[in-house]
Amino acid sequence: MLHQFFRLILTVFAVCAVSFTAAAQSDPKTLFNELGKADFKQAEVLIGQLAASGDPRVVPALEAFSEGDLYARKSDGAVFITKASGANLALIDPLSGETAGEAPKGAMNKLKINNSLRRVIRSALGGLTLLSPDRNVRLEAADAVLRSPSAENLDLVEAALAKETDREVKARMEEARAASVLSSDRSLDEKRAAIETVASLGGRGAVSILMTASGALDPALKPDVDRAIGKIESTLAFWDMGQNIWYGVSLGSVLLLAAIGLAITFGVMGIINMAHGEMVMIGAYATFMVQEVIRTSAPHLFDWSLAIAVPVAFLITGAIGLVIERGVIRFLYGRPLETLLATWGISLILQQLIRTIFGPTNREVGNPSWMSGSFPLGGLSITWNRLWIVAFSLSIFFGLLLLMKRSAFGLQMRAVTQNRRMASSMGIRTAWVDAFTFALGSGIAGIAGVALSQIDNVSPNLGQSYIIDSFMVVVFGGVGNLWGTLVGALSLGVLNKFLEPSVGAVLGKILVLVLIILFIQKRPRGLFALKGRAIEA
Amino acid sequence: MITSFILRALEGRIIVAVAVLLAVAVLVPAANLLTPPDSALHIPTYAVSLMGKYLCYALLALALDLVWGYCGILSLGHGAFFALGGYAMGMYLMRQIGSRGVYGNPELPDFMVFLNWKELPWFWHGMDMFWFAMLMVLVVPGLLAFIFGWFAFRSRVNGVYLSIITQAMTYALLLAFFRNDMGFGGNNGLTDYKEILGFSVQADGTRAVLFALSAIMLSLCLIISSGIVRSKFGKVLVGVRDAESRVRFLGFRVENIKLFTFVVSAMMAGIAGALFVPQVGIINPGEFAPANSIEVVVWTAVGGRGTLIGPIIGAILVNGGKSFFTGAFPEAWLYALGALFIGVTLFLPKGIVGTIQARTSGRRAMKAAVEAEKGRTETPAATPIQAAE
Repeated sequence: MLHQFFRLILTVFAVCAVSFTAAAQSDPKTLFNELGKADFKQAEVLIGQLAASGDPRVVPALEAFSEGDLYARKSDGAVFITKASGANLALIDPLSGETAGEAPKGAMNKLKINNSLRRVIRSALGGLTLLSPDRNVRLEAADAVLRSPSAENLDLVEAALAKETDREVKARMEEARAASVLSSDRSLDEKRAAIETVASLGGRGAVSILMTASGALDPALKPDVDRAIGKIESTLAFWDMGQNIWYGVSLGSVLLLAAIGLAITFGVMGIINMAHGEMVMIGAYATFMVQEVIRTSAPHLFDWSLAIAVPVAFLITGAIGLVIERGVIRFLYGRPLETLLATWGISLILQQLIRTIFGPTNREVGNPSWMSGSFPLGGLSITWNRLWIVAFSLSIFFGLLLLMKRSAFGLQMRAVTQNRRMASSMGIRTAWVDAFTFALGSGIAGIAGVALSQIDNVSPNLGQSYIIDSFMVVVFGGVGNLWGTLVGALSLGVLNKFLEPSVGAVLGKILVLVLIILFIQKRPRGLFALKGRAIEA
Repeated sequence: MITSFILRALEGRIIVAVAVLLAVAVLVPAANLLTPPDSALHIPTYAVSLMGKYLCYALLALALDLVWGYCGILSLGHGAFFALGGYAMGMYLMRQIGSRGVYGNPELPDFMVFLNWKELPWFWHGMDMFWFAMLMVLVVPGLLAFIFGWFAFRSRVNGVYLSIITQAMTYALLLAFFRNDMGFGGNNGLTDYKEILGFSVQADGTRAVLFALSAIMLSLCLIISSGIVRSKFGKVLVGVRDAESRVRFLGFRVENIKLFTFVVSAMMAGIAGALFVPQVGIINPGEFAPANSIEVVVWTAVGGRGTLIGPIIGAILVNGGKSFFTGAFPEAWLYALGALFIGVTLFLPKGIVGTIQARTSGRRAMKAAVEAEKGRTETPAATPIQAAE
């Protein structure tokens, strides 16, 4: 009996409070002070009223409320935004933002906040800032409404929409309106149109808006929602595929970089250069050295370090290649398997040499500013360093192609490959062509090292991790054919990335290796095989 | 027929080699077990295991010589067969641990308990039986070699291409065995063995027996290889190496000849791996590393390919050198190994035994005083080998 009586009193009190605040609606200051006394239920109503005031001044205070920084003074119930200031709290007027002295913590009551209240605040803020004079704030507000749409905001959004002049903001508000319509009690037709608008948004966000809304929606709208979701998901799948292809192309370009020097030494000259990976590694270390010099003597050139490292790496590795060819390989022509062993020995020595000089641990190679960060393209996110590497490897590829097809050296190189004795009879110094071709292949491996230093650990083992992949690319693409190397690298890269999501990275790689082994059975000379009798010998 | 096979196999140098191996098989364990520790003749147990390891490597090199030296197939994946044989033995040894493992599970090896597996994967069944495990030591590498060779030789993949895809094979297996899901202990491999056939793997006696077994197996495989290369089949084999097309035109099925040799060689490599594991006490995916397989090639090249005895000498010399260098000058080992690769290919293309052979046969020819004969043997006798490539 007593219980019921109390409940009655409480209800009466609550109704009084609400009607009282309704009367004082026009004054945000009073509303805030009410907030100091309100329980969660009443606070929700009050926040709604604050939002309805459309006064941008209430925004900071509401934000502070959701952060738990809003306190009421015990003595007079006045509400302030507070900041910790030593043992005391610095008080800030909730509306004007002016400081209002300090108070000890004991003299203040913290306004209680819970998650459902925070949600209310978030959507209220979204609605409020829709009317801000600042375009960016309005855009953000529209986004906020879009993220947590609610029927309460609908009127506000529509009001803001009527006043909006900026095209982009207006479009975003349309979407926010549509999302809010879905959870309101508007007519079916209006909702149907709203579904279309949300669906045209695309992305995972739109799916989740539709998903949450579909529970409360009229069953008549169910097919529309399902259709919209299906449409969005197929778009998403499309972009996912795009992203996979991009990752694949990016991996493929790395493979291309690593393999392209090998395509010359192995493909054109028939030399199995197992020290190829070490040339890549030395190129990466050359980048490290260039950056060290720049760091100590000319820090302002740091963004140019890679551009400087490219010729340096090319010259160093090219010179090493020249020495290797003159010192070892020229005695082994016609014995490819023994070349393989000798160059393996060279690779061991080079690795150990680098380990002795630079130590066995990874070396830090920095990214220039123009290579960091990313940008969105449609539904893709593309990182700058990957994009640069793709561009870089393609430009090396085409540069090399041009060199082979259009320069005198390229002509001599092809002549020696096709018919050594005839070329020699025509006055070509075949021994020097051999030496410089090998140097060219090594130099290009060094350039590849410059690029790979940006995405991989620079350690003495860097080359080892690329050597098998590079051989796979060259053999798969077809020996003696640069185009084959390009196609081989890109298709292996894409294949790898497409297998990865379903079977995992390691198993994907194993599958690719097995597929290549099987492929070699079918086409022992690779994708683009050279034809002719000389090849069979 | 078998007696004639053996008689033919036991030609001059092979008899000597087998005799030396058998003497070692008796003497080294005797020096380990029968002499007091302070005696000058005493060989400590760790040295017995170390030498046993060298003998396993020698067997692996012998297996490679059979395919590379006599059939012209440069396999850069022989380490894979070795490791597979080792894993088969390792699985048997794991099952013998029983409930003495850290988790005390009588059925599952520790790493499976750790991965929260409830029951033994199908391929682990039967591995607790010694005879079955030993059968697998032969069957698994043999089967892989058969499947791989069946495809490769039929589609006439040869020379460099074959070498590269054998390397891809062992690389793929390396990646696969690193995965925990494969059920072979992942990264850590199989280790912590307790006993083999009821004898503790740590005991001096077991070690000595394992050593003796390695020496005996090596001489057995040497006799088999020698028998193969000295039979009519062996003559065709050399023909395949030197002029594959010609042999094919004569009506031989080259792919079957290669396949047979490849499978036999893989099985020998498997035996080597199986003997290696209990002596070293661990098998892990690192054994599949392509670099290991290439190192085997250099042992063979140093000793002299196509000589059968050369690879055994090469394996023991190079590995002895490795043990010495990594102990004395750890930095210098890779330089030395690299220099060995280059030096052997440039200056000793026939290897140690091959060079000695060429010298002695050159002297004999000189005695015969036939000028033309002499000219032919002295110009690099490696010509037929070159043609194989």
